[in-house]
Amino acid sequence: MDQQFINILSEYPAGKKEGLLPILQEIQKERGFLTEDVLADVSLHLNLPINKIYGVAAFYDQFHFHPHGRNHFRICNGTACYLFGSSTFLKELEKQLKVKAGSTSRDGKFSLEIVTCLGSCDQAPVILVNETYYTRVTPGDLNKIIHSLKDKEE
Amino acid sequence: MQFDIEINKEHVTAKKGETIKNVLDRIGIKVPTLCYMNGFSPTGNCRMCVVEVDGIPGLVPSCSHPVEEWMKIRTHSPRVIKARKTLVELLLASHPNDCLYCERNGQCELQALAAELDVRERKYQSKRNSNQIDKACPSIERDTAKCVLCGRCIRICDEIIGVGAIDVIGRGSESRIGTTYNKGLNVRACVKCGQCIQVCPTGALSEKQTFQSVIEVLNNPDLYPVIQFSPTVPASIAEEFNLKTNKDILNLFRAALKKMGFRQIFDTSMAADLTIMEEAAEFTDRFNKHRSLPMFTSCCPSWVKFVEDIRPKFLENLSSARSPQQMMGRLIKQYITSSAGQKSKNVFIVSVMPCTAKKYEAGLDNQKESEVPFVDAVITTRELIKMIRLLGIDFSGLEPEPNDSAFSIRSSAGKLFGISGGHLEGVLRTIGFMMTGQEMNPLKINDLRGLKSRKETRIKIGKHFINVVSVSGLANVKTLLDEIEAGRNDIHLVEVMTCPFGCINGGGQPKGSDEKSLKMRMKTIYDVDEEEIIKVAHKNPIIKDLYEKFLAKPNSDRNKELLHVSRCPVEL
Repeated sequence: MDQQFINILSEYPAGKKEGLLPILQEIQKERGFLTEDVLADVSLHLNLPINKIYGVAAFYDQFHFHPHGRNHFRICNGTACYLFGSSTFLKELEKQLKVKAGSTSRDGKFSLEIVTCLGSCDQAPVILVNETYYTRVTPGDLNKIIHSLKDKEE
Repeated sequence: MQFDIEINKEHVTAKKGETIKNVLDRIGIKVPTLCYMNGFSPTGNCRMCVVEVDGIPGLVPSCSHPVEEWMKIRTHSPRVIKARKTLVELLLASHPNDCLYCERNGQCELQALAAELDVRERKYQSKRNSNQIDKACPSIERDTAKCVLCGRCIRICDEIIGVGAIDVIGRGSESRIGTTYNKGLNVRACVKCGQCIQVCPTGALSEKQTFQSVIEVLNNPDLYPVIQFSPTVPASIAEEFNLKTNKDILNLFRAALKKMGFRQIFDTSMAADLTIMEEAAEFTDRFNKHRSLPMFTSCCPSWVKFVEDIRPKFLENLSSARSPQQMMGRLIKQYITSSAGQKSKNVFIVSVMPCTAKKYEAGLDNQKESEVPFVDAVITTRELIKMIRLLGIDFSGLEPEPNDSAFSIRSSAGKLFGISGGHLEGVLRTIGFMMTGQEMNPLKINDLRGLKSRKETRIKIGKHFINVVSVSGLANVKTLLDEIEAGRNDIHLVEVMTCPFGCINGGGQPKGSDEKSLKMRMKTIYDVDEEEIIKVAHKNPIIKDLYEKFLAKPNSDRNKELLHVSRCPVEL
């Protein structure tokens, strides 16, 4: 356990399970994702079975269990984006980036996540890559995005 | 406060605070349930028990909805029945279509519901659940495709066993029951007790079966298969095959095992007597030296695993004695079969247990000698029942087989090991004798009998008072451990059994044990104790003989090597 992690835990009283979500949020903010070791330490601190903690964390989309790629794609599957064909984009992304939705490529370059809304339904379909929004995406746009990122990676 | 409500146009008295289902149960109206468990907090997630209440637009789940004064309830109106049927049809939409090949065929609650509600076609098609079978655990297998997400396994794991090894992972239609990082059931928290199997309504959970390999061994002429049976098994077999539980049942049971092809039959109760001797000596030693008290019993492998993995602070308090199953295995390989002229490598020891954790125990590294396990295969009571049927054993045509094995004499103290409180009763009889040189009077300890999950009493032995506690249901032991950690120091000896009411209700017993059958099993064992002539372990002639010929005196260094394990903490 490093100091940063100890500091987070020490802010929350031991054995009080109401601290669970804020603890997980803070760790996620610091580390980007939750590992089994981290959950085990949280489990000891809160005196909760580790599996219960994983159950809670797996309920929320905001928690991740493996690191994101350097280029993290969030593709919206909300109603508006879906009607504009986001599911075909998803298939295309999975094919070209060689990653399954919800996972990260082995080389750590790309990761892909399905989200339910990015708050820009009027601009559908929307894809968010790291912090950049791509709106009213067409298949041509998607190809360009992918190629420029691939080139950048090489 | 009592008031009248109307159920199916009849007036019924209800009490404030009751659920609708409580009232229905009392007046004998049965509504189907799937997630409901008697005595547990209701979750209302399967909706199978829905009823129609005038004034409430939707149907309400009767298991979790409290009765109110104005209620007019219809339990089997066409609307209700249609809703229930649709629910079953929707559950079946993602369920595999393989009832014929399913472990639980004929005993499945989903199957029964489908029949009861007259489901005659697959009305909805949806993506089948992925059928990855989780074989990671040495005792329990999970077939997630057959899971209906009723959550009973989670509740028993949380509320009775108190380890929380499984939980709902994910959300909505993606929900699954699983473990941390979907790594399979071989997780630290799981104690392998198998209580989840007992409550599972479908074939999603079962024990890891080994009876097929046992049948192969029975047909292998080079091997010498012997079997040991736990004291709880014959009563359960009698129950399953509708046999009278009189004195003959043991002999009939032996006859069945002989007929199946086992060359020698051993009663694990005899090894339980040995465990009593070792534990009693160990306790007396600790008591006199005021060291490592309270002493915890160590016969329940789930409990031992719980201490090792979850509360390692109490490791030194555990008795170091091996469990009866392992002592028996060791004895059989070491001495008994060699006296029958068999080489120990040819002897194949099968043990039949009411327990799934015993499978795990038999495979542990500290239960082997130069890679050879003391017990070669462990089958559950359920597996034995299957084998009896498969091998065509018909009890009505069997002649009771008298007890011919010299190593089958046991005291009734060893027999008591199957019941919560019974282990203590058995071991205290010998502790009393070891500490005072006189038999305890009376031998029976009423405070340790009965269905309570925690029994505490004070026993006078000579000039000492010994405080003993018996706990069943692992969740209840947590409070006791917390008390001890907080400074309670008057307890001397604690017996822990993971399954509620003890091994008679173990995870390997026939499914659907209700309180009545548990009481029956309890009575059978206590009756044996009533009628038995040898009621204490130290008077068992075999035990005396063993100590004279093979073993040193109880709890001595030599016996430690043979019959005890060293308890070392597992790396966290």
